[in-house]
Amino acid sequence: MAPKVLEVKDLATQFKTRDGIVHAVNGVSFELQEGETLGIVGESACGKTVTVLSILGLIPSPPGKVVSGSAHYLGKDLLTMSDEEIRFIRGAQISMVFQDPMTSFNPVLTIGRQVAEPIEIHQGVSRKEALERAGELLALVGIPNAKERLSDYPHQFSGGMRQRAMIAMALACSPTVLVADEPTTALDVTIQAQILDIVKRLRDQLGMAIIWITHDLGIIAGLAQRVNVMYGGFIVEEAPVKELYAHPQHPYTIGLLGSLPRLDASTHTRLVSIDGVPPVLMKKPTSCPFAPRCPFVMDRCLQENPPLLSFDTHHRVACWVDPKTGGARA
Amino acid sequence: MGRYFVRRLLWMMLVLFVVSAITFGLMHAVPGGPFSREKALPQEILDNLNARYHLDEPLVVQYARYLYDVMIPRFSLLEKDPDGGYIKPIPSLVDDFVIRFNIGAVEFKWMNFGPSYASRSRTVNDVFKQQLPVSFQLGMMSLGFALLLGVPMGILAALKQNTIWDYLGMSVAIFGVSVPVIVLGPILVWIFGVSLKWLPPTGWGSQPPYVLGLFPSNLGPEFFKYAIMPSVALGLVSSASIARLTRASLLQVIREDYIRTARAKGLMERLVITRHALKNSLIPVVTILGPLFAALVTGTFITEQIFGIPGMGKYFVTSITNRDYPVIMGTILLYAILLVVANVFVDLMYAYLDPRIRYD
Ligand SMILES: Nc1ncnc2c1ncn2[C@@H]1O[C@H](COP(=O)(O)OP(=O)(O)OP(=O)(O)O)[C@@H](O)[C@H]1O
Ligand SMILES: [Mg+2]
Repeated sequence: MAPKVLEVKDLATQFKTRDGIVHAVNGVSFELQEGETLGIVGESACGKTVTVLSILGLIPSPPGKVVSGSAHYLGKDLLTMSDEEIRFIRGAQISMVFQDPMTSFNPVLTIGRQVAEPIEIHQGVSRKEALERAGELLALVGIPNAKERLSDYPHQFSGGMRQRAMIAMALACSPTVLVADEPTTALDVTIQAQILDIVKRLRDQLGMAIIWITHDLGIIAGLAQRVNVMYGGFIVEEAPVKELYAHPQHPYTIGLLGSLPRLDASTHTRLVSIDGVPPVLMKKPTSCPFAPRCPFVMDRCLQENPPLLSFDTHHRVACWVDPKTGGARA
Repeated sequence: MGRYFVRRLLWMMLVLFVVSAITFGLMHAVPGGPFSREKALPQEILDNLNARYHLDEPLVVQYARYLYDVMIPRFSLLEKDPDGGYIKPIPSLVDDFVIRFNIGAVEFKWMNFGPSYASRSRTVNDVFKQQLPVSFQLGMMSLGFALLLGVPMGILAALKQNTIWDYLGMSVAIFGVSVPVIVLGPILVWIFGVSLKWLPPTGWGSQPPYVLGLFPSNLGPEFFKYAIMPSVALGLVSSASIARLTRASLLQVIREDYIRTARAKGLMERLVITRHALKNSLIPVVTILGPLFAALVTGTFITEQIFGIPGMGKYFVTSITNRDYPVIMGTILLYAILLVVANVFVDLMYAYLDPRIRYD
């Protein structure tokens, strides 16, 4: 197996709000191998963004706080690093594409300036050179007349163009790990496919590892090798992508895949809605967070929160129930 | 941009017209006139004076005459002098125009505010030339002080939120907003002028001729010795509102997504603040510069009285007591123009800071 680039253990993040403490992430553990693409799926507010922001030390504090856990990048814990140390990793070795392209660019600086910035600070080149590189990167992600548009401001870009510029910015320093938070949600299908092609090509060229957060199971099928399914701040199932689609173990995953007829990258199916409401994160759950919506719910589910346990060599699941039989897991 | 300026110019015309009409009406509604004295002047003399200044005409005619003198440009032909230049006649009390220049033999003259009734040998234009630079200097010093103290104080308070720096800065700000110049002025004079004798309690440290007609020619210790107390007294209130606004605005900007993006790129915290946060956070600060400028202008009236500064404000207050109609009208119109210009300047600065704003 390839060496690990990222190893997250027992990561938990909370937010102090006026109404109480929000348990956004409740002890998640996962690994990322060199050159591997890991998908993270789950419905809104299940803690996907908070997980990756925590790893990079980008949780706004206050109100947020990483309360436990570690995140080792190439053997060094990102969570205990000094500001100066992690600064050299952010944008250069681990870079991030943010969810909202509308608000993630500074409105008063030109696109060129912002895309060039990581190159300028991490590679010690002149601003002029960095701008030139930025032009090439924008062309690479398919922005027409890239050179001329360097001096545009973000409001002069469409949402899709901004999203592409954001990807260009993240790729600027050829990172080891690319964290992409729903990067194609705002784009139409053709552009989505283009972007995916670019990312796949770069991944193969640079040997870049990717964490790809999405709602779109179709994208995950065509892109990722492994998938984490998150629910209520927990990872409830983790498996290689084919295995997950073929033998989903968690009732939540089964629900998600419910309407997906087959494993097919061109089927862009959004998460189907599952009856019931997402969990309230105001208190740390003592029972299974999915129990109120689970068709297989048993007594034990209401008393004990199931841990994430190995089901198979590469397949882990956090559930007391065996969905095949509807009874307790052996 | 051109359309914007044309619109602003038309708007200014309208403002000036309304302001002048209101001022004119109010001025004449107040009992007493420029030549009323404790001991009344003989009727013939009064009639003569009134006739000389057209005060015997109906008010509407007087107003029309005033507008005509101020608004309508005049052209005249200059005579050649033997050396080949042109002879420029020395303006009299009744034809002293603020704007006056010649192209060849044609002289262009605009804005005649008339003579001052109180000081018989001076025109309103003379009063402007002598008094206005002092007020301008006081205003600029106060604005400079307000910005130099307010912006850094606000930034410091925001970056060190909920620390001693924040509390200290905001205490100063609250003190500043709640103590007006009319209280602070005399206290400062008493402490630094009278008791400690560090600074002159009254007066102003620059005399004509002024550089470009406005700026002091002796910008040194002698100037600042006089300027520092009144500028602080007048500027403190503004610096307090600037500080509070800067703090609030920076605190909000720091929570924006693009600041997180900047951090995710691996930018040093110093650059995150200076490059990504500051410019954005100053946008709301620029918007209050317009009203702030107006507050400073009116503030100079009181400040000049307290510190005995021979500026426009002091002269203006006296002119109201004297019913010196042309000076009252002239000053109000001049300040109205100034405020409109200041607001145009604020708009331009706004557009410079925020690329999303374009005027057309
Ligand atoms: N700054 C914050 N203050 C308070 N609560 C927060 C903050 N940021 C996130 N949360 C909470 O943390 C939880 C997880 O949010 P997160 O953004 O990780 O969801 P997500 O899985 O990325 O959802 P989406 O798919 O909608 O992006 C949510 O309940 C959210 O309300
Ligand atoms: Mg999210």
